[in-house]
Amino acid sequence: MAYPTLTADRVSPGDALPELSVDVKPVDIVLGAMAARDWRPQHHDYKFATENNGVRDIFMNTPNLAAWFERYVTDWTGPYGRMGWIRFRMKDSVFPGETMVFGGEVKGIDTDDRGCTWAEVELTLTAGGRVTTVCTARVAIPASEGDNPWKRRGDQWQPRAA
Amino acid sequence: MSDLPAEVQAWIGEKRYETEGEFDVERGYIFTTCSSVQNGNPIFWDDKAAEEITGGVIAPPAMISVWFRPHHWAPNREKQALPLQVHFDLKEVFDLPEAVMSDNTVTFGEPVRPGDRLKTWQVLRNVSTPKTTKLGNGRFWDIDVEYQNQKGEWVGTESYTGFGYRRD
Repeated sequence: MAYPTLTADRVSPGDALPELSVDVKPVDIVLGAMAARDWRPQHHDYKFATENNGVRDIFMNTPNLAAWFERYVTDWTGPYGRMGWIRFRMKDSVFPGETMVFGGEVKGIDTDDRGCTWAEVELTLTAGGRVTTVCTARVAIPASEGDNPWKRRGDQWQPRAA
Repeated sequence: MSDLPAEVQAWIGEKRYETEGEFDVERGYIFTTCSSVQNGNPIFWDDKAAEEITGGVIAPPAMISVWFRPHHWAPNREKQALPLQVHFDLKEVFDLPEAVMSDNTVTFGEPVRPGDRLKTWQVLRNVSTPKTTKLGNGRFWDIDVEYQNQKGEWVGTESYTGFGYRRD
């Protein structure tokens, strides 16, 4: 079966990634924390979050944010996209009742000395109109039809952060 | 000259809390995680797609830390186990009751597959001098968490920047 595949010849620096908008409900925060096995109360206990952390509600946990960014990038690349690294800075928290909006732009395309083709993207997450997280990710994509970054093993896979 | 206690200075660069996951990588958590972020990537849901593209079912790479988060309760455990123990050690040493994570970098190696039993360890990279932010007074610290599979293959590294603080 053919799956949607983004190949390097169809990507250029400056390209925008399609925007993703998600309304965040309390269950999204709690489900995300439980999926990540994160039992800390600020992700499920309103009283603890407001009184101990000094924030206005429970908020999204870090591993779940990483999972959202991964999903956002691979929605764009299709299943042949293979994440090399992801780096993000949390400037503010994501709370229930807010709308998360993911946006992104391609900053560069390059091929490493093992022949693996990489797209580097800068991503922004806003929630409730605030920029809550900025992120850079490096994702391997097929150079052309028939290439598959997932087949790289051992020293053919060199994703270390710059 | 460092203002850090000798105990903390000794932790910097030291491989600590080497441990094996409490359970094998399993598919239920893979589905739950994909569900939590509405990730419909067929390599996680469709065995045929996974076979064709990734050589079999894999876990979303961003799940790397999930496999080491301890059970909330377990028999014969007297004290609740905490993930990222170095972070909690620092909170205790500096008497900083609150903490947040500000930066996170995750680098992904060999794919993680159901049935894998992973191993991890933590390395404290540095601790800042006292800082004041809008949250309170405290310190920043950088911690690396390394992950390997049962074959000794590198499967990922997480690097965290945390801020432990007191709301004065």
